[in-house]
Amino acid sequence: MTPELGQLALILALLLALAQGILPLLGAWRGNRALMAVARPAAAGQAVFVAMAFGILVWAFVRFDFSVQYVADNSNLALPWYYRIAAVWGAHEGSLLLWIFILNVWTVALAAFSQKLPEVFASRVLAVMGLIAVGFLAFIIFTSDPFGRLLPMPGDGADLNPVLQDPGMTFHPPVLYTGYVGFSVAFAFAIAGLLGGELEQAWVRWARPWTNIAWGFLTCGIVAGSWWAYAELGWGGWWFWDPVENASFMPWLVGLGLIHAQAITEKRGSLRAWTILLSIFAFSLSLLGTFLVRSGVLTSVHAFASDPRRGIFILAFLTIVVGGSLLLYALRAPKVVGGKPFKVVSRETVLLIGNLMFAVAAAMVLLGTLFPLVGDALNLGRVSVGPPYFGFLFPLLMLPVVLLLPFGPFLHWGKGDLPALKQVLLRAGIAAAACAIVAAFFVNGQLKAIAGVASLVWLAVGVLLYAIKRWREMPRGRRYPAEMAGMLLAHLGMGVFVAGVLLSESLSVTSDVRMAPGQTQHIGGYDFRFDGAHRTTGPNWRADQGVVTVTRDSKAVAVMHPQKRTYLRGQVQTESAVDAGIFRDLYVALGEPMDANDIEGAWSLRLYYKPFIRWIWGGGLLMMLGGFVCAGDKRFRIKRSAKIEEATAGLQVQETHA
Amino acid sequence: MLLLRGSAPFARRFVDRSQKHGAQGAFLRLMLTALLTFIGVAHAQAIEPMPFRDHAQELRFQHLTHQLRCPMCQNETLADSNAPIARDLRNQIFQMMQQRKSDEEIKQYLVARYSNYVLYDPPLQPGTWLLWFGPLLILFAGASAVVIAIRKRHRGDDAPTEAQTGNGDDW
Amino acid sequence: MSRLLPFLGFMLLVALFGFGIWWNTQHDQNAIPSPLLNKPAPAFNLPKLYEPTQRVSKADLLGQPYLLNVFASWCIECGVEHPVLEAEGPGLGVQLVGYNYKDAPADAKRWLAEHGNPYNLLIADEPGHTAIDFGVYGAPESFLIDAKGVIRYKHIGPLTPDVVEDELKPAIAAMLKEAP
Repeated sequence: MTPELGQLALILALLLALAQGILPLLGAWRGNRALMAVARPAAAGQAVFVAMAFGILVWAFVRFDFSVQYVADNSNLALPWYYRIAAVWGAHEGSLLLWIFILNVWTVALAAFSQKLPEVFASRVLAVMGLIAVGFLAFIIFTSDPFGRLLPMPGDGADLNPVLQDPGMTFHPPVLYTGYVGFSVAFAFAIAGLLGGELEQAWVRWARPWTNIAWGFLTCGIVAGSWWAYAELGWGGWWFWDPVENASFMPWLVGLGLIHAQAITEKRGSLRAWTILLSIFAFSLSLLGTFLVRSGVLTSVHAFASDPRRGIFILAFLTIVVGGSLLLYALRAPKVVGGKPFKVVSRETVLLIGNLMFAVAAAMVLLGTLFPLVGDALNLGRVSVGPPYFGFLFPLLMLPVVLLLPFGPFLHWGKGDLPALKQVLLRAGIAAAACAIVAAFFVNGQLKAIAGVASLVWLAVGVLLYAIKRWREMPRGRRYPAEMAGMLLAHLGMGVFVAGVLLSESLSVTSDVRMAPGQTQHIGGYDFRFDGAHRTTGPNWRADQGVVTVTRDSKAVAVMHPQKRTYLRGQVQTESAVDAGIFRDLYVALGEPMDANDIEGAWSLRLYYKPFIRWIWGGGLLMMLGGFVCAGDKRFRIKRSAKIEEATAGLQVQETHA
Repeated sequence: MLLLRGSAPFARRFVDRSQKHGAQGAFLRLMLTALLTFIGVAHAQAIEPMPFRDHAQELRFQHLTHQLRCPMCQNETLADSNAPIARDLRNQIFQMMQQRKSDEEIKQYLVARYSNYVLYDPPLQPGTWLLWFGPLLILFAGASAVVIAIRKRHRGDDAPTEAQTGNGDDW
Repeated sequence: MSRLLPFLGFMLLVALFGFGIWWNTQHDQNAIPSPLLNKPAPAFNLPKLYEPTQRVSKADLLGQPYLLNVFASWCIECGVEHPVLEAEGPGLGVQLVGYNYKDAPADAKRWLAEHGNPYNLLIADEPGHTAIDFGVYGAPESFLIDAKGVIRYKHIGPLTPDVVEDELKPAIAAMLKEAP
């Protein structure tokens, strides 16, 4: 009986979402406080019902209720409990429920932290969140019911895709969705701002921490996905420019632009229309990602099973939400150029250039991702766009960003100070050049690797110089406000990331080898000795497990156990062995026995030596941390309502508070 | 984003059809079981030691196969795919390298049989101008918008230089 | 007006997505149109499945149109296609040539014994080299080759009654009308 309760809970949640979406808007329009007051309780009620539905699905998995089709399709009796919980978001229906659940978490947080906002504005924001929830609840109820029954109930279920049976996978979707959905808050603020037509600078300030947190989560989700793909798949790659990966990368890029645009708008009043537009775009691209993954219009290795009906539903929803908000933007966006003037050499200018590059990069990724579809439409035949395209254009677009980044903090708002910039250029430039020359000897003159070292030093010295400047010039306790510390962390993360990418790509060594027990291969300065393979078992798999002993100069480094698992339903899955290190990863994947009947004999193995690969994720995590630290700045805490009205009354007040 | 890298090469055509009709329960279930057995083949990755002439050739092989798409797979390179056709094509490429064929010749060979679909790097031709020059176009359009925006705000020389707050802290 | 640009751009995207959804209901996303269409079939020289010592080449088959059907015992969809070939094969008006792809001969023979043999001629390509020349990348695939040895039509995936009726038969009719 319980699964039907889950369905009922979703229907009740939909009704409450309708109330949350419509009544407060009417109230805000009519000035009816009773209607506006509906927003919070409706949001809370909706969250309760969605949580109930989510809990019921988890419970169905926990107690093996195979009478639920979704449970029977994605789990079985032998699946460990933690993967049964992860199986909740292992396929389309459940992951959609997770999406909605996370949307509700954000809404409840927003309802809790928006109590000090002006009532009309807060109710508009919550109403927009409610309308988004209406769309997704309708989607799940009408096209993707996770509680559908399977009768007669089978004795056992199928299996969770073994690719997903990995600790990284339990973690990746919720974090990623938290990021995706988090952009709905900035979106809701922007729409509420457009509807109200006033308060721009004020609402941008309130939206900033939300944007930063959402972006931080998205960063973390992408990092987790990338790390998981690297560790799990045995290909040693960390990014494939697959449509589904691109779908998460586009909102990330736009979100990055948005974070910086919001800073300009909040502090200087400029770029208001652009900030609104980016707020709309960041969330629209999140929705677009959902569409791309679930509609089957593009071929991806990650996509869910496609169903044109679902595609049409999301497309309609996308059209209403995004089309509607862009129309609203066309009608209501601020038309007068506002804000304080600035010189050519100013922080505004570099932030604008950064924004331009992020936006163009996002557009490039969108174009490349969708081009196969354009190819179909224009009758060009089937076209593939992949790593060579993106990998060529993306670095070109990011080059100006890397070059300008150290100057950003040194530039003042309005008018920058040229001599100071020259000093930065000189110091960071000399440091980068010197390190590049030294590095050239270590990397056999590989240009990519040298560029990696130079970028790292260039960016890190830039950050360091600014940190020193603050240390010298500011009294204790005021040197590094959270907002600035976050920025410095994130910028440093960028340097670490770029270095990780360039160094690992240029210095990695890959080798497919045939090894008999006792044989040794020399790769990247390490000796990999294959000590044979044997059978082993896990909770729901059998495996052939190889033993590879790694030594360096006869000193033991690691004993690695790559596996080739066969899961219950016959699915084969490689489990690579990784010996992680700050400066290098050693990575072994087990191929096949040379003689299928003799697993104790020779095997084919893939050996990797991957220097600095961990810096890619380390850089990403620093960026995430930067986003979170920024969001914690005291400036963003909303003061009492009276003060807000005061603050929004005049720019000056805001500036001095800064 | 749900990551399901590596899909079933053998059974893929079946998947499409089964999703479209959906209803025929028993038949579908039977086929799904069959499908799952085959999925397995794909999740193991392609590890094939080959007798390369030297390390440079191995690097060239790795580079080339990473730029070519397995025609049978959902979105995988020839290097990564374990589909039977990917194995055959890798072997073919290896043989052609032994015959001292250039990368360009090898690509031509594949394109003649499998169309441009196998190239992850679509060749520049009228049909792909939008793809290759589109970003440049967007960049120019955006750059001009930025330049206009900066000009507008520049407003002559007597624009008030930013009065620093007392301590030079303009955060 | 410039404020409307994002909206207009987005509507263009919506149109593209709408097209994409429609297109995918009409087309198999995994089918790659063959560049060999309307070009001479590649030369081949393959052993017969049942008499491996005898070989069949492209030249041997010139002069009469035939449908080359790529199949294998490991291929699930071939089992779906097989009854259609059994039922429709004799009425097509062309020879049916079975192309056993990357299969152990013993498995193929067992499979044919079990499912029936609709083919007029069976050739075997166990290593799969020749199949690359045909641009084969999976099974089943079917090539309609005319008397001059030109590929007139290719279908990727199983031949269903609908495909036979709507695509294959018209293609055969057009071919026969042109060169009686």
